[in-house]
Amino acid sequence: MRHPILHPGLNLGPHHGEAHDHAETVVFGFWVFLMSDLIIFGLMFATYVTMANPMGMAGGPGPKDAFDLGSVFAQTMTLLFSSVTFGFATLALRHERGPRQLMVWLVVTLALGLIFLGLEFRDFADMIAKGAVPQRSGYLSAFWGLVPLHGLHVASGCVWILVMLAQIRTMGLVPVVKTRLLRLGLFWHFLDLVWIGIFTIVYLMGLSQ
Amino acid sequence: MNDNGYRDDLRSYLTGFILALVLTLVPFALVVWGGLAWGTIMAILGGFALVQMVVHLRYFLHIDLSRQKREDLQLILFSVLLLALMAVGTIWIMGNLATRM
Repeated sequence: MRHPILHPGLNLGPHHGEAHDHAETVVFGFWVFLMSDLIIFGLMFATYVTMANPMGMAGGPGPKDAFDLGSVFAQTMTLLFSSVTFGFATLALRHERGPRQLMVWLVVTLALGLIFLGLEFRDFADMIAKGAVPQRSGYLSAFWGLVPLHGLHVASGCVWILVMLAQIRTMGLVPVVKTRLLRLGLFWHFLDLVWIGIFTIVYLMGLSQ
Repeated sequence: MNDNGYRDDLRSYLTGFILALVLTLVPFALVVWGGLAWGTIMAILGGFALVQMVVHLRYFLHIDLSRQKREDLQLILFSVLLLALMAVGTIWIMGNLATRM
């Protein structure tokens, strides 16, 4: 069954009526925001790449001194799983499987997001203990500008999930709640996309030098 | 919507997940094993990341070149173009300066 696609991203479908029609404008607006966020992340990446050399490191700790590949792997897996569980939540919404199933998947996604943040905080604490602090070198400033910025996005995503759980409980699955969940989904998947760049450029490429 | 649509959507997410999983595991394994020349490993890591980004766009963000509304797709493509100009330009100029210093 094919129906016209109103906006990029998963469409709710015409059986959602008002929510589906309203999604066209608000999701487009959210894509404008995501693309501006993409530019910010992209330029943080560019800064990081220009700093990732012996001159930028200024004799301070480099990737091999500061990073823990095992922990990064665990973070990558957690975020990938959370993308899929959010996908299940979106499907529960789209195919009207009831608010219970939707909320269960949202809670699972939230838990995975919090595990990710916990692992990341542990890494940051380790780095600080090793003296890999932002003011040590231009390289580390670029690192602390880029990776915690992503962590901050994940943290705000977690807050957003909490808000949506509360809204589903108090308001029910009204059109405005549905379109907010659609945008939250785009935000969450977008963060996983940015993480691909982080684990590849910052961690894997840094550790294989 | 009928149950078939649900199963198709579910299969799409799981396909994306398995592809993304493989595209993540291989680069991590290559870095752990090591032994490859610097240029080779950089090219492989970059390639895998690009492919995984396309997989995420296709299966998780549902960007499909063929049936999107055109202005929305133009927004995404134009932002990527701007980003490419700024990011590649920055790396190019700063790298060039570094080699001249």
